[in-house]
Amino acid sequence: MAEVALKGVTKRFGAVSAVAGMDLTVPDGAFMVVLGPTGAGKTTTLRLVAGLERPDAGEVFIGGRRVTDETPAERDVAMVFQQYSLYPHLTVRENLAFPLKSPLLRTPPAEIARIVGETAEMLRIGHKLDNRATRLSGGEMQRVSIGRALVRRPAVYLMDEPLSSLDAKLRADLRVELKRIHAEIAATLIYVTHDQTEAMTMATHVGVLEAGRLAQVGGPREIYENPVSAHVAARLGQPRINLLPATLFGHGPDRAATIGLRPEHVALDPGGAEGAPAVVTRVERLGDQTRLHLDVAGHALVTLTDPHTDLKTGRAVAVRPRDPLWFDAAGARVT
Amino acid sequence: MSAHSVTEPSPGRKRVAAALVVAYALITLLPLMWIFATGFKSPPDSIAYPPKIAFEPTLEGYVNLFTTRTRVTPEQLQALPPPDGLAETIVRNRDMVIAGPSKFGERFMNSVIIGFGSTFLSIFLGTLAAYAFSRFRIPLSDDLLFFILSTRMMPPIAVAIPIFLMYRTLGLSDTHLGMILLYTAVNISLAVWLLKGFIDEIPREYEEAALIDGYTRFQAFVKVVLPQAATGIASTAIFCLIFAWNEYAFAVLLTSGTAQTAPPFIPTIIGVGGQDWPAVAAGATLFLLPVLVFTVLLRKHLLRGITFGAVRK
Repeated sequence: MAEVALKGVTKRFGAVSAVAGMDLTVPDGAFMVVLGPTGAGKTTTLRLVAGLERPDAGEVFIGGRRVTDETPAERDVAMVFQQYSLYPHLTVRENLAFPLKSPLLRTPPAEIARIVGETAEMLRIGHKLDNRATRLSGGEMQRVSIGRALVRRPAVYLMDEPLSSLDAKLRADLRVELKRIHAEIAATLIYVTHDQTEAMTMATHVGVLEAGRLAQVGGPREIYENPVSAHVAARLGQPRINLLPATLFGHGPDRAATIGLRPEHVALDPGGAEGAPAVVTRVERLGDQTRLHLDVAGHALVTLTDPHTDLKTGRAVAVRPRDPLWFDAAGARVT
Repeated sequence: MSAHSVTEPSPGRKRVAAALVVAYALITLLPLMWIFATGFKSPPDSIAYPPKIAFEPTLEGYVNLFTTRTRVTPEQLQALPPPDGLAETIVRNRDMVIAGPSKFGERFMNSVIIGFGSTFLSIFLGTLAAYAFSRFRIPLSDDLLFFILSTRMMPPIAVAIPIFLMYRTLGLSDTHLGMILLYTAVNISLAVWLLKGFIDEIPREYEEAALIDGYTRFQAFVKVVLPQAATGIASTAIFCLIFAWNEYAFAVLLTSGTAQTAPPFIPTIIGVGGQDWPAVAAGATLFLLPVLVFTVLLRKHLLRGITFGAVRK
C-alpha cells in the first residue's frame, strides 16, 4: 500500500497533449475516482502510473520512490483494463493464476489454488474456472479481469471503467464488493469512471480532469457541493446541472456570467406566482423520481419534482433559484 | 417449399458448390494419382500406350530407387545362392543383382535437414523481426520493411552467379549450412511480412496486461504473443518449407555431392540403365510425403481462431 504522486507530468501523442503538467497526489489507502469527459486524459493518467507510458516530462512516485524509469513489473501495480484483455489462449483459472506465477512472485501451487478459488468465489465465476477465457459473456470476462488484479496485493490498484459492461444488479453488487475489498486491505486505488453513482458511493477522493489537467480534487460531497468551475459542476449530478445566463432571474454577483442550478436549487411554484414564469415542456416519469423539463424565457431547464405530480405538458408555472452556483465568463466559480 | 435462412445457401446451391469443388479436386489430383500409380508399375507398363489404368502392382520402382544394380549373365545368375528377400527376387527377374544402396536415402535426408533447417531459421528470425517491426518505434521502419520486401522483387536465380562465386570463396558450396543460409535469405522477407501481419492483429493489451502482471517484455512475448501467433507461424512455416523443399535451380548449381537435395537427384535416375520411370515416380511420391505430413500436422493451428473475441472492440 502506498501513496501515488504525479509531479508535473506531461504526455503528448504527436501534437495532442493527453496529460499536461499534471500534479496529483493520491494518499495512501485512498479510493481515488478520476472523472472527466472522453479525451480528458483519464486512461493516459492510469497508464502513466502503471508504467505503460513514459512521461515526456515530470516524475511519477509510488510510496515515495521515484518510479519514472521503472518497468510496470518493478512498480508493483495491478490494473484492470477497459477492454478486459484476458489471455485468450488460457482458461479462466490460468488467467487468474497468471500474475501469481510471474517470476516476481513465484507463488507455490497450493497457495495459487487457494487464492484463485477464493477470488473466483467472491466474483461468482467459480463454475467457469475451466472455461476458455473466450467462452465467457462480457460480464464474466470483466469479472475475471477484475479477479486477475485482486489475486495480488500490489502497492496500487488501477481500474479503468471496470464495471462499465456489467448489468445494473451485478454492478451494484460489485460496487459494494470493491468498497469492501478496499476497506479490508486498505489498498490505494485509482479508479476511472463515467458513472456518478460509482464516484459518489465508492470514492474517498474524486479528481476531475479537464483537457489533460486536474481541475479539482476533493471528497465526493465537496466536488458536488463546492465545484471550482462549471466544468467540474457538470461532471456530477443527475440530471446535470442547468447552466443558464446569470441575468435570467435578476441580478447575480458582479462578474457572474452563468448561473448554475442543480435540480435541488430550483424552487417551483405550481401556481405561477413567485419567480420567473416557465412552461412545462415535458414530464419524464422514472418511477422513483419525475423529471420536469421547463422552458424559462427560451432556455431549457431540468428539475426534479414529486413522483406523483399532476403537472402536465403546457402548464404555466414559476421558478426561482435557491442557493445557486455562480460562474464567470470563463467558467470559474464566483463566490 | 421449405423455408431456409437468408444467410444460408439453399440445399440445391450447396450441392452444386460441392460438385464443383469435388470436380476441381479430381482435376488437380489427377497428376498426383498418376505419379503414385506409376511408382507401382513395371517399366514396360509405365510406358505402355494406350496408358494402362489396370496393371499388376510391383515394388520394382521403389527397389530401383533405393539400390544400384549390376547386370549378370544367366550362368552367373544360376550359380548364385537363392535370393534372400523380395528386393533381390525382383532384381534377379531382370537378370541383375543388387550392387549396393543408391544415393536416394542420403539425398532425401539432405532435403529434410536443409528444408526444415531453413524453415526453422526463417521462422525464428522472422518472428523476432516481425515483433520488433510491429511493436517498437524503429527509425526508418517503413524503409527497412520495403528493403526487406525488395529482396524478393527479382527471381533469386538472377543472382545465381555472384552467389556461386561467393559460396566458392567462402567454402559454403555443397554444404548443408550454405543451403540453409541461402533458403533462409530467400524466405525471410516472406516470413517477416506475413508474420508482421499476424502479430499486428494481436492486441497490445495482452502484452501490457502481462507486463503489469509481473513479466518482462520477453517473457510476455513467449507466454502471450507466441501462443496467439501460432496460427500465423504455422502457415508461414508451411510456405517457407514448400519453397525450400521444392527449390531446384540453386540446388543444381550449388550442390553436387554431400549436400545435394532430392530435387536435383531424382532426374538423374533417368539414364542410369534406361528410362526408369517407375523409380522416378517412386522418388517423387516419397518426396511429396514430408510436406504433406507437415501440412496435415499444422492444419489444426491453421483452423483454430484462438484470438477471437477476448478483447472488447
